[in-house]
Parts: sequence; structure tokens; C-alpha cells
Amino acid sequence: MKDNAVSSNRPIQQTLATYGGLLVAILVLLGFFGVFAKNFLTTTTLLTMANSIPDITVLAVGMTLVLIAGGIDLSVGSVLALSACFLGWLMVDLKLPLWLASLGAIALGACCGGLNGWISSAFRIPAFIVTLGMLEIARGSAYWITDSNTKYVGSSLGWFSDPIAPLGVSASFLIAAAVVLAGQWLLHQTVLGRLAIAIGTNAESVRMAGIRTTAPMVTLYAICGGLCGLAGMMQSARLSTVDPNSGAGMELSAIAACVIGGTSLRGGQGSVVRTFFGVLVISILQTGLAQLGATDPIKRIVTGGVIILSVLLDSLRKQSAIR
Amino acid sequence: MLKLDALTKDFATRAVDQVSLEFAPGQVHALLGANGAGKSTLCKMIAGLIQPSQGSMLLDGKKYSPDSKRQAQSAGVQIVHQELNVLATLTLAENLFLSNLPNRWGILSRRTMHRRACEILSDFGLGDLDPHALASSLGVGQQQLLEIAANTWQPTQVLILDEPTAALSNRESQRLFEKIHLWKHQGVAILYISHRLAEVQALADRISILRDGKLQGTWSRGELQECDIVSQMTNPSKSMAPISSTLRPSPAVSTRQALRVEQLWLSPKVQEVSFSLRAGEILGVAGLVGSGRTELLRAIFGADRASGGSLQVADKPACKPFRNPNEAVRSGLVMISEDRKADGLLLTESIAANIQLPMLDRTGLGRFALTQARQARCLAETYCRDLAIRCDSSNQSVGTLSGGNQQKVVLAKWLERDGAVFLMDEPTRGIDVAARELVYEVIRNLAKAGKGILVVSSDLEELIGLCDSIGVMSNGRWTTSFSGPNYEPQAILEAMFAGYSPP
Repeated sequence: MKDNAVSSNRPIQQTLATYGGLLVAILVLLGFFGVFAKNFLTTTTLLTMANSIPDITVLAVGMTLVLIAGGIDLSVGSVLALSACFLGWLMVDLKLPLWLASLGAIALGACCGGLNGWISSAFRIPAFIVTLGMLEIARGSAYWITDSNTKYVGSSLGWFSDPIAPLGVSASFLIAAAVVLAGQWLLHQTVLGRLAIAIGTNAESVRMAGIRTTAPMVTLYAICGGLCGLAGMMQSARLSTVDPNSGAGMELSAIAACVIGGTSLRGGQGSVVRTFFGVLVISILQTGLAQLGATDPIKRIVTGGVIILSVLLDSLRKQSAIR
Repeated sequence: MLKLDALTKDFATRAVDQVSLEFAPGQVHALLGANGAGKSTLCKMIAGLIQPSQGSMLLDGKKYSPDSKRQAQSAGVQIVHQELNVLATLTLAENLFLSNLPNRWGILSRRTMHRRACEILSDFGLGDLDPHALASSLGVGQQQLLEIAANTWQPTQVLILDEPTAALSNRESQRLFEKIHLWKHQGVAILYISHRLAEVQALADRISILRDGKLQGTWSRGELQECDIVSQMTNPSKSMAPISSTLRPSPAVSTRQALRVEQLWLSPKVQEVSFSLRAGEILGVAGLVGSGRTELLRAIFGADRASGGSLQVADKPACKPFRNPNEAVRSGLVMISEDRKADGLLLTESIAANIQLPMLDRTGLGRFALTQARQARCLAETYCRDLAIRCDSSNQSVGTLSGGNQQKVVLAKWLERDGAVFLMDEPTRGIDVAARELVYEVIRNLAKAGKGILVVSSDLEELIGLCDSIGVMSNGRWTTSFSGPNYEPQAILEAMFAGYSPP
């Protein structure tokens, strides 16, 4: 992208400052587990890891966009489950072709997200509360349309999550990577992305500039919801089933990934690429600790510590930059 | 071009009273007045931010009644606020074009944006800046210019500039003045507000002066000297005698020191302020809005952390400025802040809970660290009686009270906490006459009891009536002090403007 002057004018130091810390953290983690865990730095482990993160990556990208605009979406996990169950229903009960069913699932997710954005923005209700409500509504609806049963969707989705022969990574992973790039592009190269940053920085200033903020907010939440639908497809493909319980708690993992990537919960700051690095940090930790034989409680304690530590370091770095 | 006809705006009091004015294309029309004269209210009505209670406006002979800033903009009326609205996380170019980002199907045309931003920036003497740099990298003056540029690159008919040079260096100001001359030639009607009288004299084709919401008159360039302007802003008819005879003079002023401030410094609004306050003294702080009065109080109280200087409370040894309000309160300072709704009260809590709040760290009120509701209620009821707080019960939530009664609750809370020094920022803002008298009485009684009291007020007459002496803040500096009881209002007002003149 030649005309992307933001990045082309940026000296290497600044790029390093933006991504360097996270890259170093990832390398340190890889090195640590490489030394202490047997079979960690093997193609098999790394590919398994790569093929297990597409859904959370996609969710976290949507979450980043919403957080940057000063919002939050707690309903992503539930909307993921609802879209997945809807997908199952469309495919199994209505026997719709895959492409149409997928489109339906993504559209349903986008509607849920759009509704979140519209209610919170147009009526000035805190997004935390609106999306908390949506969390329950979407989860309940998911149980409703599946009668609380897990449904087998068969192998027609399999190609989505099966590793592609020469590469070793799945189509899901490639799509997730494309979503990351598209998210970063949206943030920097589109009017919507710039408005998201502007609204997150100071919504009142944007209003004073004579700009209506509802439309961009609805669009951002709808994108986030649509990505939930996509993540739901990815998860269903990996498990060959749709499960109304899926995605529970994933909203917190997604927020964690954003926060580790340096996105501010107060809005105005963040980067999709860095969120992806945040996802990598979490997933390397989880896989590595598992290979070291850590139990689930230990994994959770360590992950929690890393979240706090990363934000602490980030805040210290910013303070020293001001001085 | 723009004609105001008997424009009026009522808030709690009448802020703008029947102002009729005409603004001609290609002219700079300065609007002057002391604090609270109604300048900003008038501008906000013109810019569509608030709607007039009465009266009408005509733009180019057509009825003009904008109900939003958007509408005003599309009619060709632009306002540049004094407060900075620059978004630090966006680039300069994005800030310039925020309301109208150049794009094709939603995708930014960065090259177009870059080119046009370069032209606009160099127009404002910011040509050496990279339009793709983040706005956070700019200094305050550059941000102000950017803000002006963002609001003026589109063609406008009427342009309102509210204190545009407040944050600008001399060179940046000169650049702005060149732009103003250019706009004049293009036939823009410019409404110009400034504290800097010399600047106004040099720029303005016409000068209108407001006082207490009323238009005093309009003069052409050169008809008024600076001293005439100041005397038009002060009110000779109103008696400058003490507000109430019981309030004067103050025999309680002792030689004992209550608070000594040395070289207090909080960049950029408070610059090396030194003064001392004696026990039993009511010391007023006069100054224009934005002169650093509030910042001074906040720095003394530790609400903002001062960058340097020292404080001495009563006869304790001098110490560094407080790092937080907790330290200040423990040393015997209390502060009644300017905005009771934002930081003075817990609006949804009861009167009793609000009065109890500063006491929560005192032993005695809580046994086993439990707050005692009954005791707090008794206390609140005593204050409701003493200060005539009009309420149903002490359990009523503070948010449901009138402004005057809310202010009394704020007073009650700090009276109960007690301290050696009371800092009061606009203690009578937005309250009715009766409540005002009561606040004066409380202040007076505090002084009698040997407290040191520092009062900031925009109302010069109030300060003159109330204070044993008055210090003037101007442009961040403590410029002069006057001692009562016989003040010369005009001299004080001149001192308030003094810091804004070129050296």
C-alpha cells in the first residue's frame, strides 16, 4: 500500500516500539517452553496451536474495534453459540446449502451486534449493560432453537477446519489471518475506522464537530456480531457439532487478548494486529503449560497473572514516555 | 448580514437580556464584557448550541433559528470554541477534515487528504508539520491553530472566535491576525471575543460591550480608549458598598497566619503564586475566567499536583504542596469546589450521608468502623435547621434539592469537618438571593471564629462586599493585591486584564 503514509513514513524504531514488546514476549515464551517442555517447538505442536485459534482471533478482532470506539461487547460468546446453532438448524433441519446457511449465521450475528450498537448509542445506555442483556438473550435463544441439545452437523463443514495439505494450516486459520489484516486496514484506511478512534477518544468532541455517532457505532457492533457468526462457523467445523454451550466465557478471553495487545478499555487506542499477538500470547501460554503438565487451575492462575502483568508493564511504559 | 433582534436567554437568572446587534460582512466585531456578562451565551445562541428564550435572528434577511450546531454550520455560521476539541489520537489531517473525511466508498483517500491538509496547514503557518503526524505531538498553541483551521477551511459567512489567542504565542497570534484580515477581504463577518484589549483595539472594526446580559453600546474603531472600555464593563450605578453592613469590617483579622503560599507553580495555569492569608481574614481572588483561579485553589488543595512551591498551614513548618486532597484535609484545609454537582456532592445520596462523608475517617462517628445512621441523621437535622436547608427530611437525596439548598449541604459537610483554612470556589454560583445571603453569613462567622478564608468569585461586587482584601489573578499570575474596605472596582478590573497585555 503505497499511499499508506502512516506506516510508510513511520521509522523502524516506531514500528519496533509498537510491536516490539509483544514480539519479544512471544519469543521469550516460545523459548521458555521450547527449553522446558519436550516436543514444544515442533511443527505438529505449532500447527495444532495455529488451527485452534481462528475462532478466538476473529472474536478478538471484533472486540478490538468495539473497544477502540469506547464500547464493549460482552455478548460475543453467546452470539457465537446462537449463530452456530442457527447454522446447524439451517443446515440439518432446513437442508440449506452450506454457503446460504453460513451467510444466514453471519447475518444473524451481525443483527445481534447491530442491535447492541443501536440501543447503546441511540439511547445512551452503557454498552456494558446492553450487551450483558444480549449475552443472556442470545444464550437463551441458542438453547431454545436446539432444545438444549448438541447437534451433529456432519462433515460438510470439515474442509473449513481440516489442514490444507501442503501448508498444514486450515482454511479457518487463513480466513482468521485475513480478518486480522482486514481489521487493521479498516481501522487505518477507512472513514469508519478513523471515526471509531475519534469517538473512542472523545465522543463529545466528535459530536461538537457536527458528526452523528450512531451510524458508525451500529456498524462497528454489527461487524463485531458478524465476526461472532464467523467464529461460530469455525468452531462448529472443528467440532463437527453445534453446541448451545459453546463460546461460554470467550468474551473474557477476547477482552484479555485485546488488553494484552494494548487496547485501552477507555477507548481511542488499540490495534488489531497487536490484539492478534495478544491471542498468540494466551494460546502459547495455554499450550505450553499443558505440555509442562500443568493442571487447569494452574493454567488459569498463570494466565490471569500474565494479563495483569502485561497491562501493568504497558502502563509503566506509557508513564515513562510522558516523563 | 446577521441581525440579532432582542435576543434573550433565561437560565436561573437572565443571562442575555434583549440584545439587538448587527454584524456586517467583512468586519471584525469584538464582543467585550466582564465575567458572566453573557458573551458566551450570546455566541452559543448564534452557533445553534443553545436556543434563545425570546427574540429572533435574521441571516441575509431570512429567518435564522438553528437548533443544532450542524444546522448553524450548513447555514454558514461557524464557532471556534475556547476549549480544545482536538482529538489527540488522530492525525492532523484527520482532525482537519473530521466532519468530512475525503473518501471513496468509505475508504480514505489519504493522498487527497494529505495534499489538501498541506495547503491548509501552511496557510496557518504550520507548513513544516507532517499532516500524518498525530495531533498529540503538537504543542498547545499549534493545537489551537489546528482547531481554528479545522473550523474555517470550509467557506463560512459568520465566524465566531472565542478567545482564539488564549493559547497562542505572539508569532502564532500574528499568523492568525493575517488570516483574519484575509477573511475580512472575503466578506466574512467575524465575531471576536478576547480578554486582550490591545489586540481588540488593533483588530476590531466595531466593539460591542455587554454588562449583566445587556448591551451597553456599540462603538467604531478608535472611539474608545482602553480605560473607557473597562469603565463600560464595570457598573457605576450599582453601589459598591459592602453587601450587608453586618459583614464589615472585620475586627477578627489577627496577625496570626492561617496559610502561606510560596511560589506555587502548576504549569501552565498557575505561575509562581505567593500570598499569605491571616486567621480571620477573608481574602478574595478576582480574575477572568481562565486566569488560573480555580487551578490555584485545586493546586493548594492537592486536587491537582503542583509542580513546585511550598505551603505553610497555620504555624506548622512549611511543606511541599499536598499530593492529594486527603493530605490537605488532614492538615486542616477544606475546599468547596466550583462544581458541586461534579465533585462537591453525592447527588443520589441523602443529605445525612453527604454531610457525614468527610467525617468517615474520624474516630468517634463509627464504632467498630460502622457508620452510625442515627447520629448522622441528628447531625444532618441540626444543619438543616441552622442553615435553613429546605427539605422533607434528612433522608432526601441531595439531587432533588434546589441549587441553593445543595450548596448549603456542601457548606454543612465542611463546617462539620472543620478546618483552619476554607477554600471556596464560586460559593454563590447559581443560587438564589436568600441562599446567597446565608452563604455570606456563614463565611463571615467562619472569619469571626478565626478561620482563614480564600474566596474565588467571578462576581466582583460580591468580592468587594465580602472580602478584607482582594488579590488578582491574571493570566496565571498573582498580579496585585488590594486591601479593603474601600476598593476601586475599575482598578481591580484593569488588573484582571493586565496580565494579557503584551509586555
